Order: sequence, then C-alpha cells, then structure tokens
Amino acid sequence: MKASLIVFIKECRESMRDRRVMLNALLLGPILGPVLFVVLLRVTIGHAIERAEKPLPVVVIGAELAPNLIESLKQQGLEVLPPVPDVEAAVRSQSIDLALRITKNYGADWQAGRPAMVELIYDSSAREVSSEADRLRGMLESYSHRNGAMRLLVRGLAPTLTAPLVIATRDQATPQGRGALLFAMLPYFLVLSALVGGMWLAIDSTAGERERQSLEPLLINPVRRDAILLGKTLATSAFSLTSLALSLVAFMIAGWFLPASKLGMTFNLSPTVIVSVLPIMVPLVLLLVNLQILVTSMAKSAREAQTYLGLLQLVPIIPSVILSVLPIKAQNWMYTVPLMSQQLSVTKLLRGESLPVQTVAVGFLITLVAAVIAFWFSKRNYDSERLAIYG
Amino acid sequence: MIQADSLHKSFGATQAVQGVSFVARDGEITGLLGPNGAGKTTTLRMLYTLMKPDAGRVLVDGIDAQTHAVEVRKRLGVLPDARGLYRRLSARENIQYFAALQGLSAEQTRARIDLLIKTLAMEDFAERRTEGFSQGERLKTAIARALVHDPRNVVLDEPTNGLDVMATRSLREFLRQLKGEGRCVLFSTHIMQEVAALCDRIVIIAQGRVVAEGSAVELKEQAQEQSLEEAFMKIIGAAAIGGLA
Repeated sequence: MKASLIVFIKECRESMRDRRVMLNALLLGPILGPVLFVVLLRVTIGHAIERAEKPLPVVVIGAELAPNLIESLKQQGLEVLPPVPDVEAAVRSQSIDLALRITKNYGADWQAGRPAMVELIYDSSAREVSSEADRLRGMLESYSHRNGAMRLLVRGLAPTLTAPLVIATRDQATPQGRGALLFAMLPYFLVLSALVGGMWLAIDSTAGERERQSLEPLLINPVRRDAILLGKTLATSAFSLTSLALSLVAFMIAGWFLPASKLGMTFNLSPTVIVSVLPIMVPLVLLLVNLQILVTSMAKSAREAQTYLGLLQLVPIIPSVILSVLPIKAQNWMYTVPLMSQQLSVTKLLRGESLPVQTVAVGFLITLVAAVIAFWFSKRNYDSERLAIYG
Repeated sequence: MIQADSLHKSFGATQAVQGVSFVARDGEITGLLGPNGAGKTTTLRMLYTLMKPDAGRVLVDGIDAQTHAVEVRKRLGVLPDARGLYRRLSARENIQYFAALQGLSAEQTRARIDLLIKTLAMEDFAERRTEGFSQGERLKTAIARALVHDPRNVVLDEPTNGLDVMATRSLREFLRQLKGEGRCVLFSTHIMQEVAALCDRIVIIAQGRVVAEGSAVELKEQAQEQSLEEAFMKIIGAAAIGGLA
C-alpha cells in the first residue's frame, strides 16, 4: 500500500509537469462536453425559436382584392412579397417557397356571404416549406373563424353553434421532463470528459513507460507489481475524476447560457444535483480508468495504445444514443448494467425526479465489481514476463 | 555473492539459455563475456528476478531468487539493458523515486544521494530535468538510481554501451571502487578490452551455454593463446562449430 502511494505521488507530480496531460485533464476534458452540448442545443432550440418568431415572407397575388385579410395576416407576421409572373413554375423551381393567391371573385363572394377562395401554392416535398405553409394556413383559419363568428353574432346567433367540439390539450410533460429529453446526451459528455481526462496518463504510465524503457528498472524494485499498478490506477483515476468534477461545474455554468427557458424547459442543474451526480459517477470512472489501463497494458507502443483508447471512447456513446432515440421505458434490470445504470440515474436527477436508492446502490456495486475485474486482468498483464521488455 | 545454477530459458522454439552456471564472488568483478545474442541479457534478467527460469535456480547471498524475489531484489543493485529515465523529473527526483520504492527513509535517501552525486561527479546536472541529458549523464543517473539502497551485489548489463572513452574510464574506476568496498560486481559485455582491463573472473557465454570460465590468465592457458582476444575467438569458434554439428 505504501508503494502504491509512492507510485501515485510520483505519477501525479510528473503529470503536473506535462502540459499535454494537464491540458487534457483540466481544460479539454471538462470543456469539450459542455461546449459541444451548448452548441448542439443552441442550434436545435435556437432554430425552433427563430422559425416561430421570424416574419413569414409570402408572395401574394391580388393583395389589393382583400386589404382587410392582408392587414390581419400582416399583424400575425406575414411579410408581403411582390407578385411574380408564373407563380406555379416559380414554386416548382423552388425560386420561391410559398405563394398566396386571392381569387378574382374574392371581393364579390365575401360581400355576398359566400365562401371566398384563396389559394396556397407550395411544394410540400421541399425542405421546411410544409411547416411554413401550415403556419400560413393557421393564420388564414384564425381569420376565417373570427369573421365567421362575427357573422353569426350579427344575425343574433351564438358563435358556439359552429363549434360542437372543444379540444383542449393538456401536455403532461413537466418542464424538466421536456428538457431532459434533450439532456439524454449529457451523461455521455460526462463519460467523455472522464475518459479524456485520464487518457494521457493511462497511456504514459504503461505503454509510454515501456516505450521509454523505464518500466524494467521500475519493476526490479522490491515491490509487488500489483502495488505499482494500483498506484498508477489511482493517479489516473485522480485525473479522470478531476476532469469529471470540472466538467460538472462547466455544465452548471453552461446551463445559464441555454435559451431553454424560452421553450418552457428548465434543467435541474442546481449545485445539489451536481453534487449528487458525482458519487453516482465515481464507480463508473473507476471502471473506465481500469479499462483504459487494461487496454494500454496490452498495447506495444504509446501510438498503438492511443488508437485503442480512441475506439474505447466511442463505446459509452451506445447506451446514450439508444436511450435518447428509442423511448424505452427504464426497466429495473437496466440499473444493474454499468454505464446504463449511471445514464438512467443521472437523467432522472436532471428531470428533477427522485431516485430509488436501492437500485442506484445495486448499479454502484456492480460497476465497482466490474472495475475490480478489469483491474485483475490488468494485473495479469502486469505479471507477465513480457510486460517490461520492449521490442 | 550471486550463484547461477544450471539456468534454462526458452522463448517459444528459441532456446535462449540452456544450462548456465557460474558464481560471482564478493570483492571480485565478474565479467559475462559473449557475442551478441549469446543469452547474456536473458541470464541477467533471471538473476534479477525479472524472468523466471524454466529450470535451474539463482541464489543471491544464499537466498533463492524464485521463492524470495523481493528479498533478493533488495540485495541487488541493477543497471538493466533498459535504462530509461523520467524526463520530467530531475536526476535527483529520479533517484529519490527508487529510493522510496526501496523503502529508504528521507534522511537515508538524502545522505545516499548526496554521496552518489559526489562519487559519480553529478553535481552539475543533478537538479536538472533529465530531458536532453547526454548518454554519460543518463548512465550516471541510472547507476545512482540502481545503487541508492547501498546493495551488496551489483549487476550491470552492458554498462559501457554508448559511452565515450572518458566516461568509460571513469565507469571502470567506479566499478573498481565498488569492488574495493567488498561488493560483488557482475557485468555483461561483448567488448574484450572491458573484461581484460577489469575482471577477476571471466565467464564466456556462447549460444546460451557457458563455454569457458576463469581468470584472464587461466583462459589464455586453456586456449593456448598469447592474447585474450585470440583465446576468446578460439573458444567461441569451437563452441560455434560444436553448435553447428
């Protein structure tokens, strides 16, 4: 145990002088996730907000035939573009997205109380045009309803006569719930920051040490090899956890810059949640570090180790993608699978739901056991005669 | 004292060492002489417990290396073939690391390192990071690191590799000093002049076997040659023919 401590201190001391390790653990690892996340979220959310609020430019033919209608549409965000000669051809060639034509008889029909026709011209196969057409249709329908109601009132009838059915939508998603759907990717970014934080140290302390031929002299010391391995594992874990903790803080700060409230979402990224995420993630970080070291202890050179670890970084994205794309309901057994357990627990915390302590504890323990198993396999590699010999 | 008793080691189909026995005594310098690929490094690796022999055994000060590996390592100071240093640590910090792993107290460590820095003339670079060290500076740091725990037995694998004439001379001086302190010094080399200049006993290894053993004078007599080099060539040559037959 004392030897492990000596190795731990030496590895930390040496790493703190290594710009590459420090950059990864203290800057790149913690920042990478939140920045990627905010950018992604801003693009999706920002896009939706923009579309809902920005003026809707529409080519209008015969605007002078229906001044009241056009005035009402303008108030709802319509931007009138001047007419073009052959409007159907222009839409087909996608030179314009959307056109509104007021028919010749509009004025006469309106005056006579007959249905007056307007035409919506668009190409539904063109990207994003459908939603614009829907928006315009909505504007037209609301104008139509309003005037219909007026006509009934004028004739002394209740406007409710024409509305036998009332549809009220009651969305049961809590604001946090809606936000957490977007946040399903967050656990992966946390895992990524832990992996990035520990990566260089894992490479440097095994494959790197072998490549620089300092492993053989180290192993000749009167110390058990698993004690040396434990020291290296602890040092890598320390860097990995630091990276994760900083990443959580970065996420908390990133939360302030999200336009989430505009969409009626709130993410629970309060300090309380951040503090409870950390202990849930600790066994997972230990497992990942042990896997990193196991992989590097099999590699013959630092370059080879780097390639393997690059692939390892992609593995944890799998449950995140599955759980964010497929609306699978959380089953109890999922809490027993390392990675998935932490993914679900963290997501639940972000949604502001309470966590079943027992299921979390089971995931915690199983992940810890998996970490020990990975350590045991690394130890086997360390005990082999070939380990120290380079080339 | 280091005793190798009929050591065998093979890697797959390659039989690297097939029956090596010799004794390296305290207060003597023993040279393991042989051409490249004769099995010197593998033999030494079995001595300092990095590898387990397939057969045979190693005794260091009478202690079995296989059953008491940790105890044996405490009694050995080893300069292996691989002598990489930690680039971001100073020479002193490199040595301190190994002193801590050897279980030395802070006080013992400081005293030993100061002594070694003085003996090996490392004052100019002891506090510098080892990145960019010359071969000689590297070797001195590696030797100091190997001897920080004041071991009775010193094993060096090709210690003069890559050294210039000056550095080689001062290394020889240092090895004689270790011998004078009553230590058992064992080193391997493929350079004739090394053994001729230094060794009390020479063990010649070829193709994984000990082909001759004795002092320089005894070996010359045995081969009936005037120079050690001729004797060496004759002995190695005989072994090679024997091996081919």
